[in-house]
Amino acid sequence: MRILMFGWEFPPFMSGGLGTACFGMTRALAALGHEITFVLPRAGETAEPTHVRLVPASGTAAPEPGREEPFVFRGLSIRSVDSVLRPYLSGSRYPSLLSGSPGSRFMAISGDYGADLISEVIRYGRVAGVLAKEHPCDVIHAHDWMTVFAGIEAARISGRPLILHIHALEFDRSGENVNQDIYDIERYGLEAADRVIAVSHYTKNVMIERYGISPEKITVVHNAVARREAGGVYHVEKDPRRKTVLFLGRITFQKGPDYFVEAAARVLREMPDATFVMAGAGDMMTQMVERVAALGIGIRFHFTGFLRGEDVERAFALSDLYVMPSVSEPFGISPLEAMLYDVPVIISRQSGVSEVLRHALKVDFWNVEELAGKIMAVLKYPPLAAELVEKSREALRHIRWEYAAEKILGVYETCLNRKET
Amino acid sequence: MPVVCLCFEVHQPRRLRRYAIFDVDRVHDYEDREANLEILNRVADRCYLPANRILSGLVRRHAGRFSIAFSISGTLLDQLGNHRSDVLDSFQELARTGAVEFLCETDCHSLAFLFSRKEFRRQVNSHKKRIQALFGQTPRTFRNTELIYNNDLARTAEKMNFRTVLAEGADRLLAGRSCNAPYRPPGCGRLKLLLRNYRFSDDIAFRFNDREWPEHPLTAAKFAGRLHRVDAAEAVISLYMDYETFGEHHPRETGIFEFLEALPGEILKHPDFCFQTPSQAAAGFEPVAALDAPDFVSWADEDRGLTAWLGNAMQNDAIRTLYKMEPQVARRNDPELQDAWRMLQVSDHFYYMCTKWLADGDVHQHFNPYPSPYDAYINYMNILDDFSRQLSRKTGAGKG
Repeated sequence: MRILMFGWEFPPFMSGGLGTACFGMTRALAALGHEITFVLPRAGETAEPTHVRLVPASGTAAPEPGREEPFVFRGLSIRSVDSVLRPYLSGSRYPSLLSGSPGSRFMAISGDYGADLISEVIRYGRVAGVLAKEHPCDVIHAHDWMTVFAGIEAARISGRPLILHIHALEFDRSGENVNQDIYDIERYGLEAADRVIAVSHYTKNVMIERYGISPEKITVVHNAVARREAGGVYHVEKDPRRKTVLFLGRITFQKGPDYFVEAAARVLREMPDATFVMAGAGDMMTQMVERVAALGIGIRFHFTGFLRGEDVERAFALSDLYVMPSVSEPFGISPLEAMLYDVPVIISRQSGVSEVLRHALKVDFWNVEELAGKIMAVLKYPPLAAELVEKSREALRHIRWEYAAEKILGVYETCLNRKET
Repeated sequence: MPVVCLCFEVHQPRRLRRYAIFDVDRVHDYEDREANLEILNRVADRCYLPANRILSGLVRRHAGRFSIAFSISGTLLDQLGNHRSDVLDSFQELARTGAVEFLCETDCHSLAFLFSRKEFRRQVNSHKKRIQALFGQTPRTFRNTELIYNNDLARTAEKMNFRTVLAEGADRLLAGRSCNAPYRPPGCGRLKLLLRNYRFSDDIAFRFNDREWPEHPLTAAKFAGRLHRVDAAEAVISLYMDYETFGEHHPRETGIFEFLEALPGEILKHPDFCFQTPSQAAAGFEPVAALDAPDFVSWADEDRGLTAWLGNAMQNDAIRTLYKMEPQVARRNDPELQDAWRMLQVSDHFYYMCTKWLADGDVHQHFNPYPSPYDAYINYMNILDDFSRQLSRKTGAGKG
């Protein structure tokens, strides 16, 4: 089958779990003999992986102005990059955007997440029809709201079915303070798509309750984690006397970093030798640094900033426990990655990954006392950590992208059958 | 003459309260009294009282041909004594009919046999005294917690003057022989071994309400008919199950009480059949052969071994840590510490920590107060931490 995918992240051009998920599922689909063209905002920095054809949207010629209707959605409209409608442009953050010569028809899209994201998303959508003509396909598979316009445009031009794959919703990212534009785009996409894939039942329920989408339209396909390559294990010697507890993720509301800090303070009162590491970056970072200082636990609480590649592996390998206290987590691949390093995990019950992990410690994210108690238990009782690790290994044997890919193919086939009949 | 032994395990643990690590050194009360009382009341009203009523009627109706046996744990007897004397009365009333045998076990339903013989004997003797005091009979039949059994247990039971011991009729023990006959444990003189017929027992205990099961619905007549087809030369059929099977595991609406009420009559329709207590059955038959049990068997789960309680690192850590405290507990000779130590020995605590989810996990969920085995272990170890501090503190205070 020929699959035209629209995504926003793909390794190494990524900042989170979305890229990891796209990589894992495309590799499994390719291994089953399917042909994937993956459209990214712009090209990655290194050689493209062999299992997909990576296509940058940036630099693609947009349709001639005037030949088609201008792109309009809820009052947001844009014709091309040099249009007067550039309300979200911030010159200092997006020099690549401005590098295109005035009047150019070639779309410049950075792929960054920022204040200008919505206009980027619209530009990305503008060129999708062109790309759909260049790359004939059987199905169109779009990932998250950033690719909604692209997916719909590609489906309109090609007449192929659109599958919208939801990895995160605006409610996950922002709690109740949703950005109305993004919510509207999500809803528009969920309604327009032929089928919707949700990464968890948790996310499926949000779509049903908050977006009014019919449950019959949504298929849950849990994410998985790629096997560790043979010999690629990052090995470090851990100091058995110094136990390290890791938070790794964006330091944003969604990920619950504040609960991690409060629990750390609680644990350090009883176990002053424990070490806490917060790896990642995000808009709550300074607030967290200040809170750690105010609690007077800075000597045992470290911030690493944003980690990439080998540093991520090293962080996992050095840890005795991984904690994901997310407030809202549609799935959450990182606990699975921690498990690949034989690191026990504590996850919030409010996470999609908790649906596939029976053998993990679970807490309500708001229950700092419970979280602190469980952190201490793992550090204090070695048989607990040992049992968690052993059961995690068993669990990982069943959490495979191969299985996810088969379910995704099932969704494709449902769409194709419906189109034909 | 084929004999049916109908035995019931009657037990409720003392469940532990939610005990956070931050409670260590601050809270020394470990029991979840509220939950225990709530469950006790529920089980008393849904199972013990109505089932006792039915059995009482059956003893009268089939006078001389119907008898039963109970193994009631001391842990439950304590709770009944404290909160439900009406239930205790109804067991005593059954005892007075003379058709009921009370079996002996470890008082607090523990795994002491595996970790401390001294403590094991103490618990068995204290349970024996209780049975004498409450029911006016000296128990002659022993059944270890959850039918945990091996040759060594048999020899120990014989030394303690028991005449009969019960064990699981596990396939690997029998190696093709029948479970419906008394055996002789190797190295024992007069002790006789009766084996639970797990197929017949589990038809009632597990499958009675299973709509997928081809025999569903199981009527007393159908069940009796299957018993009647057992080769008459094979003499003793032991049916042994949780008493909570009636009204709790299978709610009243499933017809389980009607089944119980009708069962003896259906079985006794065959003139050769009768019910006997384990002691009577063992006295009336000679062992057909010696039965070697070098390894432990139990009635739990598919593997019928010890893995339900000692199958993973957490369970082993918890129980070994507990029994290591024995000398300290003995030295203190403090009734409160003694009571806490016994409460912590109840085998259910370790059962809750079982991680063998796939085939057997669901059974472990019944009455399980924890969301996961990890929570069970964490809670238990937090309590054990406090308990060990209590032990050393009081020891220190005593010396000073």
